Amino acid sequence: MSQRLVNWFKFASPATFYPLAGKAWPWFAALGTAFAAVGLWISFFVAPTDFQQGEGYRIIFIHVPASWMSMFIYCVMALWAAIGITFNTRLSGMMSSALAPTGALFAFISLWTGALWGKPMWGAWWVWDARLTSELILLFLYLGYIALTAAIDDPRRADKAGAIVSLVGVVNVPIIYFSVKWWNTLHQGASVSMTKAPTMATTMLWGMLIMALAFWMYSIAIALYRVRAIILERERHATWVAELPEMQA
Amino acid sequence: MNWGSTSEFFAMGGYGLYVWGSFGVTALTLLIETVLVRKRYSDTRRALRRELAADRENQE
Repeated sequence: MSQRLVNWFKFASPATFYPLAGKAWPWFAALGTAFAAVGLWISFFVAPTDFQQGEGYRIIFIHVPASWMSMFIYCVMALWAAIGITFNTRLSGMMSSALAPTGALFAFISLWTGALWGKPMWGAWWVWDARLTSELILLFLYLGYIALTAAIDDPRRADKAGAIVSLVGVVNVPIIYFSVKWWNTLHQGASVSMTKAPTMATTMLWGMLIMALAFWMYSIAIALYRVRAIILERERHATWVAELPEMQA
Repeated sequence: MNWGSTSEFFAMGGYGLYVWGSFGVTALTLLIETVLVRKRYSDTRRALRRELAADRENQE
């Protein structure tokens, strides 16, 4: 029985994960490119013009997936933080730091595209609305994580401090998600709900979901690529690094 | 098909600035991130190779 169990802790070793990540990222990058091509085609050529917002609504195809991604990546970071604190695995902190810049970027894209959508539809680039403000706090949490972990020289201590920030900050994610329900916001309600049938046209929904998949694949690919750099930086004195084929003269 | 001509496509029904500003900045920032990550990896690898080569020479 015990022989059939996969030893997951084996993958938590940077020496095992480094080559695995190297083999995996091109597949995710390729899938991401394919999903982006289909998603963009639906966004511009299949999805019809909106009867209220004209062509301006097409921003939805990146705004909503990028916002989802910014929240989801933070949850994944919190999960890695919990694993890192519980099992004291080295890879957890490396994965968190590999994800943080991409999460911050998606939070920025969410706010940026939101401003460009808000201006023509609401008449304002920015309002201190609960949804917008909590998303801005998410961006600050990402930047705080990056700044804090960069300020601590010992990587293991930096990981621990970062893990605490991720776990405390994750409380903000449900606040963003439910903000449109809990408060009277200028921001519209959820586009896709888990409990109700979607209120939008099916082609629009498909466009959004495929763009979300493209962002997912992109995030996985870029995080795997970045974690390889982080592993090399941190494990540079390890024997297995010196024995890597790419390190031979 | 939504568009009669290329210029209509770029005009986005008067929302061109907002739509292309969104898609353009997204594409640009993802591209910049990719370039930076590749650079970080190759810089690290190059520095390590040099370090390891110097170690080997010292041992000989």
